[in-house]
Amino acid sequence: MTNVTPGPLYPFKESPSQTAGPYVHIGLTPNFCGIEGVYDQDLGIAMVNDKTSGEHITVEGRVFDGAGTPLKDVLVEIWQADADGLYNSPAEPRGTADPAFTGWGRCAADQTTGHFRFETIKPGRVPFTDGRLQAPHINIWIVARGINLGLNTRIYFEDEADANAADPVFERFEHKDRVATLLAKGGNGKYSHDIHLQGPQETVFFDI
Amino acid sequence: MKNSRPQAANYFPRDRAWHPQAYAPGYKSSVLRAPQRPLIAFANTLSETTGPAFGHDLIGPLDNDLTLNFAQPGMSAIGERVVVQGRVMDERGQPVPNVLLEFWQANAGGRYRHKKDNYLAPLDPNFGGCGRTVTGDDGTYAFRTVRPGPYPWPNGPNDWRPAHIHISVFGQAFAQRLITQMYFEGDPLIPRCPIVRTINDPAAIDMLVARLDMDASAPMDSLTYRFDIVLRGSRSTLFENRLEGN
Repeated sequence: MTNVTPGPLYPFKESPSQTAGPYVHIGLTPNFCGIEGVYDQDLGIAMVNDKTSGEHITVEGRVFDGAGTPLKDVLVEIWQADADGLYNSPAEPRGTADPAFTGWGRCAADQTTGHFRFETIKPGRVPFTDGRLQAPHINIWIVARGINLGLNTRIYFEDEADANAADPVFERFEHKDRVATLLAKGGNGKYSHDIHLQGPQETVFFDI
Repeated sequence: MKNSRPQAANYFPRDRAWHPQAYAPGYKSSVLRAPQRPLIAFANTLSETTGPAFGHDLIGPLDNDLTLNFAQPGMSAIGERVVVQGRVMDERGQPVPNVLLEFWQANAGGRYRHKKDNYLAPLDPNFGGCGRTVTGDDGTYAFRTVRPGPYPWPNGPNDWRPAHIHISVFGQAFAQRLITQMYFEGDPLIPRCPIVRTINDPAAIDMLVARLDMDASAPMDSLTYRFDIVLRGSRSTLFENRLEGN
């Protein structure tokens, strides 16, 4: 008879989250907020260089609260595959991603307008758990004052209609009209994508 | 079309009753920043089980010493010298090696070096308030700083944050990304704080309270606080020698 360890499957609880607060920039983008000389440059500001494969794009947007006001203290991180659909991560089992692409970016919103902006590439497609391909997407994580646990969402692209129509994650949506909240608008390398935390245009957030 | 093998690792779902609630009206800023629609859940894909890695070569010699990393040569930040050390592990108790931690905090008087902070306590010219380190092969980390002061904030008419240090943690997957705050053992402001109280379970709050560790404290130098961090665990370990097929 095999020994069965009593107790829960996993004995430790995750450290609970707390808000990043209004001064998140001190820790995550110190040069951006005027604390210079500690780090050479802020992490995550350069995802691409001249050698990065794929279609170079910019994605710009704002995050709005439930009263329609843009968050000027929000910090956004993105994580995405390279042009071939590979992640630049030790946990990527399928091959080596483009070494000229970090896959990860961090941007503090403009403190006057609330705009965030990323210079990146259009990601390739990544398989879902059953092997079907997901539509091209960028994973986003949003933290700010008033957000107690970082919010996960995704950016898809409105000019990828065929791939979006077959995306396995979108299949989970009971209310199909909510797909539109995840579609970045634009094309020819320039996309805009606004995120609404609350209200009639509320963006879909995921429990990943 | 369903002939590929299952995903390598799946993270345990987050216990969202253990974490703070999005809508926690005692913390007023959360009221308009909390989604009202339910979150949509789906199985982890590689988009969630991968994440960026940051090497030890990122870390400069003073990055983990906030008493010195913004100070003029020969100077040091003013305040109670403390070392914070601990271990990053996952919910199964496995160490989480080689992941980036970032810290930020107010100075000893409770003042942040940020243009939006207009509290009357003065800036310390030798204190910036940011630091970072990468965990070792055993998941341990340490940084030196000064104990931050409490500070008032415009929430209720007389709300004060307990002394705290913000900590940002990368795990090995984007699904493990976490920002939290560390508090100090015995601080009477902890149970009064609306941000602490966004967490409902007292045992969860207790996980964020660092313990004074006299045995690790350096005589005539600095006190040490112990703060362990737990990230989400996964059903199988991605970094053992079974990258595929586990």
